[in-house]
Amino acid sequence: MKQVPQKDAPLKLNDAGTWIREDVSYEVNEPDAYALEEALRQKEKHSGEVVVITAGPARAQQVLREALAKGADRAIHLEDNAFVGLDAANTARAFAAAIKEEKFDLIFTGLQSDDYGYAQTGVVLAELLGWPHATIIMQIEKTDSGIKVKRELEAGYFQFVDMPLPAVLTIQSGINKLRYATLIGIKQAKNKPMRKVPLAEVQSAIGANMQKIERLYIPQKTKKTEHIEGSPVEIAKKMVDKLRNEVRVL
Amino acid sequence: MPDTILVIVEQREGKLNRVSWETLTAAQGLAAETGWTLEAAVAGSGVASLANEVAGKKVTKVYAIESPKLEPYTADAFAAGLKQVIASKSPKVVLMPHTYQVRDFVPKLATAMGRAVISDCVGYKKDGGKLLFTRQMFQGKLAADVSFTGDAPWFVTFQNGAFRGDQVQAGSAAAPVETVNVEIADGVIRNKPQEVFKEAKQAVDLTQAEIIVSVGRGIKEQKNIELAKQLAEALGGELAASRPICDSGWLPMDRQIGSSGQTVAPKLYLALGISGAIQHIVGMKGARTIIAVNKDSEAPIFEIADYAVVGNLFDIVPPLIDEVKKAKTSN
Repeated sequence: MKQVPQKDAPLKLNDAGTWIREDVSYEVNEPDAYALEEALRQKEKHSGEVVVITAGPARAQQVLREALAKGADRAIHLEDNAFVGLDAANTARAFAAAIKEEKFDLIFTGLQSDDYGYAQTGVVLAELLGWPHATIIMQIEKTDSGIKVKRELEAGYFQFVDMPLPAVLTIQSGINKLRYATLIGIKQAKNKPMRKVPLAEVQSAIGANMQKIERLYIPQKTKKTEHIEGSPVEIAKKMVDKLRNEVRVL
Repeated sequence: MPDTILVIVEQREGKLNRVSWETLTAAQGLAAETGWTLEAAVAGSGVASLANEVAGKKVTKVYAIESPKLEPYTADAFAAGLKQVIASKSPKVVLMPHTYQVRDFVPKLATAMGRAVISDCVGYKKDGGKLLFTRQMFQGKLAADVSFTGDAPWFVTFQNGAFRGDQVQAGSAAAPVETVNVEIADGVIRNKPQEVFKEAKQAVDLTQAEIIVSVGRGIKEQKNIELAKQLAEALGGELAASRPICDSGWLPMDRQIGSSGQTVAPKLYLALGISGAIQHIVGMKGARTIIAVNKDSEAPIFEIADYAVVGNLFDIVPPLIDEVKKAKTSN
């Protein structure tokens, strides 16, 4: 799971123009919330344990606390400011290193993050672990030989895929309905285990970033906008003229 | 020898995905700017005719990457097959459209080769000796120029609508097609995909629509959808909506445009009562022409509109339907 700036938060650039200033409000990355919810539902159906993991500074612990309050059993926090600046390949390497002693059957991630939007970390992690993966998942069922998942394809198409376990799935927003944490859940969360993984523990697995943000900026408006004015009928006539002679769709 | 740009076009069920031409347009521009050689590839089983179709464009060579195991699509087979070709041809840059299929296999492919992907790019530029790829960050609120700091091959995917597919240049003569048979060992493919299907009967592929009339919160009530529908019909276009309309169930989810819906690049996008939240804009800003009707002159949709009408859509749409019908009958 990942903590990202709130959707409607105004973002300010840092002095170097390479990242945003940290003084914004944060929230859980929306697709990751659906990934957690799906994990909780699978646990309720098939029993087992749900472990949540994030990489980020101390503030990112909030995401894990909320997940524990919703029903996750334990948490792993790769805690360091440096994790914010890792590319997708390095983030996945750090996760792979942090969980190498674990015996997971399924790893869920959101399909992409609302900040970087790489849409890569889950698939890279699968490759590093040597596991199969499937992306943009809308449904998961257990089968005798593993799982059957429903992949969302483009343009309204879907596909069922049978796959063995262990596996990595990237989860689409809207796969389920999110639950709220209960008061008792919030209380219990305080006593649930949270393992802190310092940067030093996974450092040897991480290499130099293979891509670099040279400059971050507010996109320029590139279009010239022409206003169409007049009475409704005049506007309609002018629009049809544009549609015929300039847009050429009539 | 100059460096090579390799474009991997996408095919679905024996047809080239239209966004492939957009990637090829981007690649032709990049080739012109860098002086690098441009090659293309299509992967599948029995893709010779598709390779020939691509060979008609301005490219130096087309690879038809063949294996019966590339059909149906799996990430395992595509990563294994493409890795063999890329490793032997050693391109500097590998370009692909940022489709769901590419998203499914390219991070795996790049990782298997120890390389990185700059994904979902909307442009490129040369800055001194450095090649930069522009991508949106924070859901389009910011843009970033990103460089590769590792070794080639560099993998790049381009967002649907970032380039104009109809601007792809034809070649003066057909480019040679080289068939590359790739070996995919037993056991490589772990997933078993079933048939592709459509969920809803009326499921519509808005990505192929040339004209889209789209409604947002400004439509106010479900019964008013009919007005937009009449306009879409008069124009011969498809009806679409922003997320809140589909969440309310006023239109089915398969008509939703935006980050959680479809990404479209029609000739005309007519936005009625859409304010233009970034989640919506990322799905339609690639439209050739955007006309926005909104009563709020400050609505962000006007930032990207070619034509702006500040006014009440309920006043403007009825006469517009009449005028469009008149124009059609006089044709």
